[in-house]
Amino acid sequence: MSAFGELLKRDVLITWREGGAVGTALGFYVMVITLLPLGIGPDLNLLQRIAPGLLWVALLLAALLSLGRLFEIDLEDGSLDVLVASSLPLEAVAVAKCLAHWLSTAVPLALLAPVLGLLLNLPLDAYGPLVLSMLIGTPAVSFIGGIGAALTLRARRGGVLLALLMLPLFVPTLIFGIETVSSAIVDSGAFGPSILILSAISLASVVLAPVAIAAALRLQVQ
Amino acid sequence: MKLVAEGLVLTRGSRVLVSGLSFAADAGCALLVTGPNGVGKTTLLRALAGLFQATAGTIRLEGAADERSVADESHYFGHLNAVKSSLTVEENAAFWCRYLGGRREQVTTALETFGLMALRDIPAGYLSAGQKRRLGLARMLVAERSIWLLDEPATSLDVASQAVLAAAANTHLAGGGLVIAATHAPLGLTPARELALAGSGARAA
Amino acid sequence: MQQAQSLTQRLANPTRFMELSATLLPWLTVAAVVLTVIGLVMGFAAPVDYQQGHTAKIMYVHVPAAWLSMAGYSLIAISSFGLLVFRHPLADVSAKAAAPIGAAFTLLCLVTGSLWGKPMWGAFWVWDPRLTSVLILFFLYIGLIALRSAIEDEALAAKLTAILALTGIVILPVIKFSVDWNSLHQPASVMRIGAPKIHPSLLWPLLVMAVGLTIAFVALHMKGMRNEILRRRVRALRSAEVQMAAGAASPLPAE
Repeated sequence: MSAFGELLKRDVLITWREGGAVGTALGFYVMVITLLPLGIGPDLNLLQRIAPGLLWVALLLAALLSLGRLFEIDLEDGSLDVLVASSLPLEAVAVAKCLAHWLSTAVPLALLAPVLGLLLNLPLDAYGPLVLSMLIGTPAVSFIGGIGAALTLRARRGGVLLALLMLPLFVPTLIFGIETVSSAIVDSGAFGPSILILSAISLASVVLAPVAIAAALRLQVQ
Repeated sequence: MKLVAEGLVLTRGSRVLVSGLSFAADAGCALLVTGPNGVGKTTLLRALAGLFQATAGTIRLEGAADERSVADESHYFGHLNAVKSSLTVEENAAFWCRYLGGRREQVTTALETFGLMALRDIPAGYLSAGQKRRLGLARMLVAERSIWLLDEPATSLDVASQAVLAAAANTHLAGGGLVIAATHAPLGLTPARELALAGSGARAA
Repeated sequence: MQQAQSLTQRLANPTRFMELSATLLPWLTVAAVVLTVIGLVMGFAAPVDYQQGHTAKIMYVHVPAAWLSMAGYSLIAISSFGLLVFRHPLADVSAKAAAPIGAAFTLLCLVTGSLWGKPMWGAFWVWDPRLTSVLILFFLYIGLIALRSAIEDEALAAKLTAILALTGIVILPVIKFSVDWNSLHQPASVMRIGAPKIHPSLLWPLLVMAVGLTIAFVALHMKGMRNEILRRRVRALRSAEVQMAAGAASPLPAE
């Protein structure tokens, strides 16, 4: 278990030190949310109605940007060989890496969302459910995205390919994430069912995705 | 302790690199895997480390403590150093030490052995190629493993560093360890046996 | 293990497939063409829907295409499972050949659906949950084809694509569920295609078309597999030639 914790700590530390990846993702998130109202027009009622969707879709794209490097950094410097050969099960390695991505990238994105919500005239009642839905839903993004990162590790055009492969698989997370926020705008107490389903999706991803990631990584180091 | 490989067949795509290779490596004696480029030295070491799946054959450890596999008992040191540029020299060594289950004081010993103590607070990104290589090699010492699998360990090491590596490996051998190294250069390991992989021309036809 | 076998062994099983498919393929092709033509004629002759008029006849292509789009993905998933678990040499050939055919039928389903939708809904595309699910299925097909084409090492590409296909089949029901849920909770703007009960005079042409297009799928798949096997034989022969030449020229074949 200590090897798991060490790996998690190292990955968070490296992301923090290098800073660039998280900074780029956060900057991208801000840019997308700033550009969209410029295209859609400043109608506050319209913006309020589509705010949950915009915030969630832009968050997904921002998270995808950083997912491409998840295993690449360890492939490039040979660490992946040592991680695969070590006695810690590869599934646990996958969990540690995805969890580190969630902590270091997805959580900051989720915490930035309410600030961007201000720009979109998101009603006050919806801020709690917004952050909640993102904190609960983003593990699915990090873990399902991890599958894509492991699959595209040696692929040409890895980054774009990752988005192409993974965006369809994010549909359930996206729908229930948005549904949670939208229903809270209509009735502040009515987001119960969708947040439960969102939690189920996240839990299932955390349990199942590492199996696929480990299988892919084993093939990648051959 | 003894590492035994029997009837190993290693293939990449439709190319058979090694067919029906059997050998044994005894503790206390280095095994130097030699042969021309592309003959499968790296693939053989990766198969021993459990990274590459052999098409056929078995790799086992005789006389190991409790039925540990070769992969569990090995350090694999490949062409890349497994060093993170944004971590300091000491953080790099300490991470592998804790991850691989070594003891804390082994970090200091390893860094001292490879002459990196003075640089320990410097991010590894600043190191020269040779210093990075030494930091990579320090991983062999931060946690105990009875088998060292070294793939061209002398690359980008100067003469003095090669001597340090040879000394470290010889100490490991003297302590009853096992070293299997793929190499072009004589590494100065004693005692050593050679396993020459011939370009057998074995192909999938 | 697939890698374990020598070239001759690896061809042994495909060889039997090649013989069998060579005999079957002409019959299947004829059956597919005849049944599809009969189905189309029956469809034209079928009574006209009193509400939708002639536009409803697009159903005879749309419904079988929808069924084949799902059957195609299931076939890929089963083949992928066969490759990863049993390492069956034909499994990957089957998965690879099925992807573009399945994608084509999915596209056919989407195009016919939107052509049908224009007179029905007044728009070529409506975010009907079933259409949306099929669109996402199409994206999954595209993902499989894209991943395979982006990885140089064919054996690696095959196994990674298989992992993606299996991931997709696990998530597909969840996608279907969430898309249905989503439309349920949106203001209902969607009218569903297809009446709950179909009159037998409409059902018969549909059945004939479904059988005809399914046989067409099987025939195309078989042909695709044959092509892939032949392509691999050519590749194996070429690399053997290169190795032979390299072996003769110098004892140092490049990695």
